[in-house]
Amino acid sequence: MIVSVASGKGGTGKTTVAVGLALSLNNVQFLDCDVEEPNAHLFLKPRITETSPAFISIPDIVEERCDYCGECQRVCAFNSIAVLKNPETGKGSVLVFDHLCHSCGACCILCPRGAILETKKQIGVIEKGIARDFPFVHGKLNIGEVMSTPLIRQVKKEIDPKKTVIIDAPPGTTCPVIETVKGSDFCILVTEPTPFGLNDLTLTVDVLKTLGIPSGIVLNRSDIGDDGVASFAREQDIPLLMNIPFDRDIASAYSMGVPMVDVKKDYVYLFRNLFARIGKAI
Amino acid sequence: MKLCITSEGPSLESKVDPRFGRCRYFIIVDTDTMEFKALENLQAGASGGAGIQAGQFMSSNGVKAVLTGNVGPNAFQTLRAAGIDIFTGISGTVRDALKRYKEETLSKTQAPTTASKTGLQKT
Repeated sequence: MIVSVASGKGGTGKTTVAVGLALSLNNVQFLDCDVEEPNAHLFLKPRITETSPAFISIPDIVEERCDYCGECQRVCAFNSIAVLKNPETGKGSVLVFDHLCHSCGACCILCPRGAILETKKQIGVIEKGIARDFPFVHGKLNIGEVMSTPLIRQVKKEIDPKKTVIIDAPPGTTCPVIETVKGSDFCILVTEPTPFGLNDLTLTVDVLKTLGIPSGIVLNRSDIGDDGVASFAREQDIPLLMNIPFDRDIASAYSMGVPMVDVKKDYVYLFRNLFARIGKAI
Repeated sequence: MKLCITSEGPSLESKVDPRFGRCRYFIIVDTDTMEFKALENLQAGASGGAGIQAGQFMSSNGVKAVLTGNVGPNAFQTLRAAGIDIFTGISGTVRDALKRYKEETLSKTQAPTTASKTGLQKT
């Protein structure tokens, strides 16, 4: 079973919940797909046993074969190629903007002169290891890279279907989140009882409905703010799976990289209960 | 020589569009005859790469200089590779901009004047 932990808003407690859940269950595998700023390792402190480079394919123009016909630019859906041709001299140049390229390969396949090869560009690394007693995988996107989805896809290739896979998702509602939660059996939405929390939760619920992934809410710092999230959950018929009241001990442990279940043992049972409710919901 | 001014409308009385890649119209003027044509920017709503497309569009239309408000990094790189002069910080009407260009009071822009995607912020 694959359970992803997402939220629209950042800083609501995705990693806190994902880590707490992983440490409360048996036979788990943990994936941190927030490749732009992975942080689950700060709490799980995995021993990394394998590091492998992650690549994307980008076009490499063989200028000698190119006649600057412009077909590659025309077929590129992401505007990542500009073909410039001087009408007077007939000479030209081809500019490739790597950071806009989605590695679809269209330019390479459709170039009438076979003047485009695919070349690999490293965008980050995948690190695998053992956290306490379970397998841990995360991706680290190189600073300055913008294409996080190919790296997320590569982290997800490591999914072991025999395990309960807990995936920590990036914040937001855009491509990286969709790439992460795609294929999940269930998605836990961590939010907080504030107008910001509610607004971003609403957007994420729309995404999950479109993807057809069942979801439930964990309300963090549940005893502050307002009851907007609770009413929304009732209206939308989304189960409110768990409340985590504000607790200085949890915050203090967090600041030192200590998972909440290590300082508040009761949460182990609460997370197991949460997981049992997910099992019933799907 | 062909000159392009980014414009909010299709006439010489229109205001200069401060965005390059996401401007509404490109007004291309032949500075020798003063004939002009207004071309709608079909890439203004692109999710990315509007500046690159606009830069390439300038090149394929034989434009030698661009007058606009700002250019982003991708547009700048494309225009520069195409050997097109860039003049930024232009405002007022297209006609005013043209006048200032002819008076040779403008100086060429040597670096991008704004970040990527800035043009998306104005609708």
